[in-house]
Amino acid sequence: MKNWPLWEVFIRSKNGLEHRHCGSLHASDATMAMENARDVYTRRMEGVSIWVVPSAQITASNPENSAELFDPAKDKAYRHPTFYELPDELKHM
Amino acid sequence: MKDNLVQYILGIADNSLILGQRLGELCGHGPSLETDIAMTNISLDLLGQVRSYYQYAAKLLGGDATEDTIAFLRLEREYKNVLLVEQPNIDFGYSITKQFLFDVFHLALLEELQNSKDEMLAAIAKKSIKEVLYHNRFSSDWIRRLGDGTEESQNRIQTAINDLWIFTDELFHQTEADKSMVAEGIGVDVTLLKANYYKKVCAVLDESTLQTPIIEYFQKGGKNGIHSEHMGYILTEMQYMQRTYPNMSW
Repeated sequence: MKNWPLWEVFIRSKNGLEHRHCGSLHASDATMAMENARDVYTRRMEGVSIWVVPSAQITASNPENSAELFDPAKDKAYRHPTFYELPDELKHM
Repeated sequence: MKDNLVQYILGIADNSLILGQRLGELCGHGPSLETDIAMTNISLDLLGQVRSYYQYAAKLLGGDATEDTIAFLRLEREYKNVLLVEQPNIDFGYSITKQFLFDVFHLALLEELQNSKDEMLAAIAKKSIKEVLYHNRFSSDWIRRLGDGTEESQNRIQTAINDLWIFTDELFHQTEADKSMVAEGIGVDVTLLKANYYKKVCAVLDESTLQTPIIEYFQKGGKNGIHSEHMGYILTEMQYMQRTYPNMSW
């Protein structure tokens, strides 16, 4: 069990919304990862769809590079589309 | 008629109660966090089904009977579960084999019970079947995974199959209450489920590179209230709170 690879779990809470990362778990294969995700993360009706992805397949940004990656965006308020008026029906922008 | 119906309901529900209690023992003791939660989820599914059956039985019994008195205040011989479900967990191989041998039966039973002339039983069966489909999928997958896994996992699962096989035949025995309910069109004739049960179980064992045991003598008794030595221990633990603090509630 210590050798079981780690999987990242993404749950879509309802139709029309996107899958969101909700946690990780251990499993020996994709089938087991799916069943474990169902049992661990959807017991309280949290979702209508599950994705599982081997954690090893994810390429993550390095925290050491945070400054050069993210800081330059801080003083560029003009990139936020805050000057548009959105209709009330658009709830998930 | 009413008495037979109550006995018939208990015959179905007690299996799930005792198996649910056995699965509950794994809470905090499962081999991994994920399987721990999965097994206790199944336990809660089963106990939820039991509540529907016992509430119905309590209504039929009338008087002071409630789902709680039926669950917690009967004597050992008044429980009508099969011997299979009261067998100890021992290791994950035994727990999952016991689950698998029960799930295949449980699913077949509920499929037929949906057509019962008794509307309440048909409704409970219809609601429960979704849960049991998943139980069956979960336990079958684990049998395949362990059977066709390492030498160690295969040995353990084969040992569990060999030891628990002796309890499978009882699933298809009929009590007097069973026979009378079949005659009324309310109960399921379990004798008709037997051939298909062994066919399904053997197919999974074959896929899992496991041997199907060949034995001629099978254990029986639970359905008539004659239990194995394990039953007393289960009831002691399960009934402790109600026996020590009668009528206690949360």
